[in-house]
Amino acid sequence: MRILGLALRRLASSLPTLLIILVGLFLLLQLAPGDTVDALVAQMGGGDPAMIEELRRFYGLDAPVAVQLANYLWRLVSFDLGFSATYGKPVVGVILERLPATLLLMVSALSFAFAAGMALGVIAAKRVNQWPDTMISTLGLIFYATPSFWFGLMGIVAFAVRLAWLPAGGFGTIGSGLTGFAHVLDVAQYLVLPTLTLSLGFLAIYLRIMRASMLEVLTLDFVRTARAKGLAEHGVVVRHVLRNALLPMVTLIGLQAGTMLGGSVVVESVFSLPGLGRLAYDSVVQRDLNTLLGIVFVSAVLVIVINFLVDFAYAYLDPRIGAGR
Amino acid sequence: MRFLRLYMRSPAAVIGLALLAGVLFLAASADLFYPRDPLSLAGRPLAWPFENPRFLLGTDSSGRDIAAQIFHGARISLLIGVVATVVAIVLGIVVGAIAGFYGGWIDDVLMRIAEAFQTVPSFLLLLVLVAVFGSSITTVTLAIGIVSWPAPARLTRAEFLTLRNREFVQACRTLGLRDSAIIFREILPNAMPPLIVYSSVVMALAILMESALAFLNLSDPNVASWGNLIGLGRGVLRTQWYVSAIPGVAILLTVLAVSLVGQGLNDALNPRLKSR
Repeated sequence: MRILGLALRRLASSLPTLLIILVGLFLLLQLAPGDTVDALVAQMGGGDPAMIEELRRFYGLDAPVAVQLANYLWRLVSFDLGFSATYGKPVVGVILERLPATLLLMVSALSFAFAAGMALGVIAAKRVNQWPDTMISTLGLIFYATPSFWFGLMGIVAFAVRLAWLPAGGFGTIGSGLTGFAHVLDVAQYLVLPTLTLSLGFLAIYLRIMRASMLEVLTLDFVRTARAKGLAEHGVVVRHVLRNALLPMVTLIGLQAGTMLGGSVVVESVFSLPGLGRLAYDSVVQRDLNTLLGIVFVSAVLVIVINFLVDFAYAYLDPRIGAGR
Repeated sequence: MRFLRLYMRSPAAVIGLALLAGVLFLAASADLFYPRDPLSLAGRPLAWPFENPRFLLGTDSSGRDIAAQIFHGARISLLIGVVATVVAIVLGIVVGAIAGFYGGWIDDVLMRIAEAFQTVPSFLLLLVLVAVFGSSITTVTLAIGIVSWPAPARLTRAEFLTLRNREFVQACRTLGLRDSAIIFREILPNAMPPLIVYSSVVMALAILMESALAFLNLSDPNVASWGNLIGLGRGVLRTQWYVSAIPGVAILLTVLAVSLVGQGLNDALNPRLKSR
């Protein structure tokens, strides 16, 4: 119960942040050349000034800026993100259609980066300053410096074009009509390369943090106690050190959530996945600012929610956090 | 001199410095080796590397010399990396110093704004800024700087929080120094080492962000950026994959150089940490 209260208080404290984001987005929208009516008129192929005036009044664009801001905030509270001129339907609908692919990609990339980063970090820390450590750390540095979109392209060349093991892009075989488990397997095939591509940079960060954190915890007194009472090395590492060393890793998930969403823009463009990132890119190209700002808003909410969940995980891993306050 | 010796102690830092020198050489000698516009037609399109001795790294699908674009691209990457980093670090220092030095409601407001910036995915914010202000090289560079300031600001603030109650600051106050003098002449120099190290992280990320933006065709199309070339090579990826592969290696090595130098600086500036 205490944990819930703490997490809820954290959630409440992120409301002002959200407000700042929304006001900032609104001001940016004011700076942008052209408004919704201009976009609509351009799509209709022009219109007479009287009708444009009428449309402006209809959309409330003739009101003072402060009133418009209030209207904008009120619409967002009721989750009305406006109308997308390019897709011809409400922005909320467009975003909800694209959200599952991005969430799937994020979850799989995060799981892979977390698991592989943890394993490599533990190995490096156990063999600190020997050749496995040097090799893993070097690999981490190279992964960190690799532009993800380039790694994705090279992955396509190697695994899709040369070896023909994996599909080059897309989200499931079109018109295959697969259902159930076969469908899951089919989509999974399409997700292998995007997952690897997106997770690469995060894997590098996780492995570095895990190594440092393991080295830190290995020097603590309770580890010596565990060894002194005759626990096998495996038991010491897994039961005692690992669990404590995981705390910074969990923090990192919350901190990196936004970066991962940003990275998905590039990865989804490389592999033509129908996700939120691809939508963001398309809306920049098509100057569909309503949709773009809607995506930014949804992403910000997503980041806040992920951090809320991370708080829970943190309290579970370290009981002192829930009880301490 | 002692600093240099400490820095050279680590082989990784030396490799980083050598790589960085290599990239600087590319940028400096671009006009010497390739005086022509790197984006102008040079020869037959899609020549493989080493196929034609005139084009050591081959030509892209528009018949432009890839080697020339690599040389001139080094300038763009370094220019954008350095300027965006300076913008982010200066913004971060000003905000972080004011927040950390004064505390109270000023601190609250500034940190809320930083949090707002950190809640929005920075690459998405970059897309919004580019969509609103256009994608000339100036706006792209400024936009990268603007999305990168919160982390340096938090770092500066943390340093200021630990330094602002030290004796030397109290002595300055008793002497009647103005706040601006205490902040920038007394505290800031003491807070600089971690900021210098962190600026290498900002620069590495700035170079990666610009290349991603250029790859998506959202950066300035009129400059020879490595990301642009990778984006162009995407069309012929299945057969002429080298068009995308070569500039990618250039980006990788540049970012690696910046990170290694940053790590070397960190170890040299905090020699006590090195023994761990």
